[in-house]
Amino acid sequence: MNNSLINRAFKLARGENRPALLTYTVAGDNTKKKSLEILKSISKYADICELGFPHNTPIADGGQIQTSAYRAIKNGIKINDVFSIVNKFKKIKKDKPIILMGYYNMIYQYNENKFIAKCKKSKVDGLIVVDLPYPENKVFASKCKRSKINFIQLISPTTSKSRLKKIINTSHDMIYYISMLSTTGGKLKVSAKKILTEYQKIKNQNKSKNVVIGFGITEKTIKSLKKADGLVVGSAICREITSSLKKRQNTVTNVTNIVRKLKNKIK
Amino acid sequence: MKIKKNIPLIDQHDKLGFWGGRFGGSFIPETLKKPIEDLTKEFQKLRKNKTFIKKRDFYFKNYIGSPTPLIKLESLSNHLGGAQIWAKVVSEANGGAHKIYNATVHALICKSMGKKYIVGDTGAGYAGKMLSMAAKKFGLKCKIFMGAKDMKRQKPNCDAMRKNGAEIVPVYSGSQTLVDAVSECMRYWVSNCDNTHMCVGSTVGPNIFVKICGWSTSQISRELKIQLKKKFKKIPKKIKLINCVGGGSSAYGFWSEFIDYDKKQVELIGVEAGGPKRSKLHAAPLSRNAKIGILHGAASYVCQNKEGQIHETESISAGLDYPGVSPIHCFLKDTKRAKYTYATDEEALNAYKLVTKYEKLNPSLEPSHAFAEAIKIAPKLSRDTICIVNSCGDAKKDRDILKQRLGKF
Repeated sequence: MNNSLINRAFKLARGENRPALLTYTVAGDNTKKKSLEILKSISKYADICELGFPHNTPIADGGQIQTSAYRAIKNGIKINDVFSIVNKFKKIKKDKPIILMGYYNMIYQYNENKFIAKCKKSKVDGLIVVDLPYPENKVFASKCKRSKINFIQLISPTTSKSRLKKIINTSHDMIYYISMLSTTGGKLKVSAKKILTEYQKIKNQNKSKNVVIGFGITEKTIKSLKKADGLVVGSAICREITSSLKKRQNTVTNVTNIVRKLKNKIK
Repeated sequence: MKIKKNIPLIDQHDKLGFWGGRFGGSFIPETLKKPIEDLTKEFQKLRKNKTFIKKRDFYFKNYIGSPTPLIKLESLSNHLGGAQIWAKVVSEANGGAHKIYNATVHALICKSMGKKYIVGDTGAGYAGKMLSMAAKKFGLKCKIFMGAKDMKRQKPNCDAMRKNGAEIVPVYSGSQTLVDAVSECMRYWVSNCDNTHMCVGSTVGPNIFVKICGWSTSQISRELKIQLKKKFKKIPKKIKLINCVGGGSSAYGFWSEFIDYDKKQVELIGVEAGGPKRSKLHAAPLSRNAKIGILHGAASYVCQNKEGQIHETESISAGLDYPGVSPIHCFLKDTKRAKYTYATDEEALNAYKLVTKYEKLNPSLEPSHAFAEAIKIAPKLSRDTICIVNSCGDAKKDRDILKQRLGKF
């Protein structure tokens, strides 16, 4: 998948001597329409957009993303709406990579093959399935590959050396390194130096894979991890949506401001 | 799909941890892979270790109080006519419920792994209470995750947990019941798995937790087998083992030694929570034909909508109020070895009334569901049929609910 949009986004960022910025928002947060508007607006600054399909029993998400997910579900988001958001987004921004992220039960209920077909049709570039680790993900990952969809695996500080090798060997264009033992949105409790050392271990295995770092990344911490191929910000964005709604302010403007600031920090 | 003989059911899974090729597994975030692998290795090692088994048996006998009694409910049987009703009074175990077996084993494993902190989930509060007891006994720091709704309705158990020095973490997300407590506990473990051991309170969750819990509770059926042979000289020709099923830990423990028997001789009946009579909500994924889904790291029948969002459940019994069920019970259902039905809140309350009227027994709302089924079927059965109900919990914790619903306790 050498020529994938995801690969190209990393190449572009590397050309500008900076990490790629990846954003995460929940589809349908707080409404279908608004989440599409947010996505369109932040994609001016984000290199890759992750879009969560919300689940009501998320076992790896912290409070901020849970709140966003519950809000989206309450406002009636369905899986097909998620695809239609991607579809509409891609009509305007056909070169901006979109990664869907969520939990396996949603895919299982939709049917794996149907889900992948639908991803392909709506031009989804990649998939992250939080609770489908290696080797359980082998079959699904190869199905994704056949449809030219990037299946993105995660690596954590607890991942053993032998697992690390296997995951890297079976990975596609991108690998997601979890900065610390935490759910999403936890406070960064490990030093940037230590995170980058672990990150380098992954890079040393295979330089050609794009490795991004996520979990605990905010305006405050993003600069310290600049050396990575890419950095993911999710909870900080979800938190902004929550606080904008509370203050009855424009979520699109406020979230875009945050993403712009994040981008400026790593330029 | 077929059950093999002479192999414990907990070990009849494939390489990826699936029973019958489709139930169970380990659907977990990458961060938990290593701690779960470590736990799996440790458990495999310990269960073969004679010193560990001796230690387990020592605590089962001297701390938990094994064996718990098997008694005939004469007056109730006479009143109903038909089959003889017996009860395995597991609620006589230290702490008042079967949850003590799993809690004790987890505390021993935690010790052996050199971890100082232990966390667990609880619905009815028994899993939490027992874990707090075991933690205290073995000098571990303990945190219990519990839905805010359950904390209100099972206050006596919360008091007990605090008394044992455990911290209760109230969970306010979702329906504020067991399902949310388990999610929150898993999230906590994701963040603290380097120094903390997690105990899943039932035969649910990632494969290894199903195994450890089933291995622990199977003590109940080992005792029962000996007791039956003593009382009847051999295993009687017609037995029905009736057990409530929420996650399914007590039912598996009650049945495990009898799975190899022909079902004409030993019938296994699981009773789920049917919820209030007039409500559409329930907690009965097996008997009310829920679809297979993934919840808390395992594939099982799950109450959920078409999209895969987990349904809210409703039951008077906090311990059964869970949208999923053990993969082992899904396997027993699909192989037709066990039969599953449900009792409504009202039926459970009526059963409680009847049992306490005729017998010196005080079953909690969970086993009252099982008694409801026994009461329903016994009159239609022959005198030589032995219905044994696992009275797996004591009603002390249900004081407030019983007062409110029946006007007395």
